[in-house]
Amino acid sequence: MDLIVRDFPDLLRAMGVTLLLGVVSFVLGCILGALVGLARISRFRLLKGLAIAYVSVFRGTPLLIQIMLVYYGLPQLGILIEPIPSAILALTLYAAAYLSENFRAGIIAVDRGQWEAAHSMGMPYWRMLRRIVAPQAIRVALPPIGSRFIALMKDTSLASAVTVVELTRAAETIGSSTFRYMEAFLVAAAAYWLINTALSLGQGALERRLGRAYA
Amino acid sequence: MNTTDQPGTPGRTDSPIHISGLHKRFGALEVLKGVDLTVARGEVVVVMGPSGSGKTTLIRCMNLLEEPDAGTVAVCGCSVECGDRARRRERARQVREIRHRTAMVFQQFNLFPHLTALGNVAEGPLSVRRMPRADAEALARRLLDRVGLADKAAEYPARLSGGQKQRVAIARALAMEPEVVLFDEPTSALDPELHAEVLQVMRELARDGMTMVVVTHEVEFAREVSDRVVFMDGGVVLEEGPPREFLSRPAHPRAQAFLRLVAHDLPEQGADGDGPDKPTRWEQAS
Ligand SMILES: Nc1ncnc2c1ncn2[C@@H]1O[C@H](COP(=O)(O)OP(=O)(O)OP(=O)(O)O)[C@@H](O)[C@H]1O
Ligand SMILES: [Mg+2]
Repeated sequence: MDLIVRDFPDLLRAMGVTLLLGVVSFVLGCILGALVGLARISRFRLLKGLAIAYVSVFRGTPLLIQIMLVYYGLPQLGILIEPIPSAILALTLYAAAYLSENFRAGIIAVDRGQWEAAHSMGMPYWRMLRRIVAPQAIRVALPPIGSRFIALMKDTSLASAVTVVELTRAAETIGSSTFRYMEAFLVAAAAYWLINTALSLGQGALERRLGRAYA
Repeated sequence: MNTTDQPGTPGRTDSPIHISGLHKRFGALEVLKGVDLTVARGEVVVVMGPSGSGKTTLIRCMNLLEEPDAGTVAVCGCSVECGDRARRRERARQVREIRHRTAMVFQQFNLFPHLTALGNVAEGPLSVRRMPRADAEALARRLLDRVGLADKAAEYPARLSGGQKQRVAIARALAMEPEVVLFDEPTSALDPELHAEVLQVMRELARDGMTMVVVTHEVEFAREVSDRVVFMDGGVVLEEGPPREFLSRPAHPRAQAFLRLVAHDLPEQGADGDGPDKPTRWEQAS
């Protein structure tokens, strides 16, 4: 227990880094994912093709390789990125590939009649997306998006491979300096679990809120 | 407001809808095979016809929800030549203009489920007409009151009956302050006992002089409210005429067969049609 007390500030800082990685990549991933999802259902062949290729590549390769490509690979092309931004970039690109599919499914689930009602009023495209389609699509997509957020939180542990001191790396460091691996990793695991339980609760609350109109 | 109860003759310039030579196919299926139709200001036109005859397709071509393959759609002063791929941008502007000036009421209501009744009616004024929220909501409240649903303003569609949903949808259509309202079988998805409340709202709308195109099989409504019945079959207008003439003495055998089907459960209409004491649609409405 004294391990936890002594290393508490380090662990707390590491938990902050994990949260930073997870939340920032999730938010950016949602924005990118929504755009890719829209491109995916676009009438424009080129956009659609690019979106399909994007999803295929980033979903079909290991996240660890993507992270290492950004951090270790890009410098060969003269692009140097700090560890944390590297991790965020890779996590965002990776999450966006999955999230775009969730958004796409949500958008297709919106009844055709909804689009037609909005079209028949002459509502501009982006306004229709924001006011009519998005609120209904998000309700459908929320459960898989929530799962994706939780998975992403755990995936941030791979950032340890590019020297980011987040929860996993911090636990490893504490473990190796004290030989109390068991405690160190259990504490890290508990921290992930805590974060993800909070996310689950938040998701549940949001689902109830969005479901109110349908009760 | 009862100034426009004399429908103009088809073809005169004051016609919010003027359609000619309209063709539409879905793949190999030719659904509209050259339809001409003119609707005068203040006129109520009922479109009837067997299932699959192209009624829905025709009415959806009027606001370009369906893109015709050939023909001219001139609605509220905006004319769209169909079939020529050029001038896309110009066309998009005109389509938007037409949609601003018309409104559509759907068979399946298509209310926005995430918005309250008030939110549904206020959405067009807010999003399309760019009214300030307070004004949009005031307008929405007036319209909900007009369709008899002032007390349901805060309800979500899921909590409304079918008849109430359709009345909200009509209020939503009116909130665009359209020149024409297009109805596609507005009562077909409703239980029979809910038809009356929706038809009553439409009746009042007609009385107020609204130009309406109504796809419906409600014979009573056609007889009492409409100025003209258009009978479609196989993608063409087979017959049209004043409701009392058409409904009691259809000329075409297919129209006769069709009317026997839809009027099946109505009390027998005298073969001589309407008597001289038949009330006009205005008297009926009040
Ligand atoms: N989007 C579409 N794609 C393919 N075929 C279609 C489409 N819309 C309509 N059709 C076909 O076109 C024909 C005419 O359809 P339409 O909906 O206009 O008929 P309708 O007169 O409204 O019939 P109903 O009384 O059943 O509503 C039908 O055979 C229908 O299957
Ligand atoms: Mg139809």
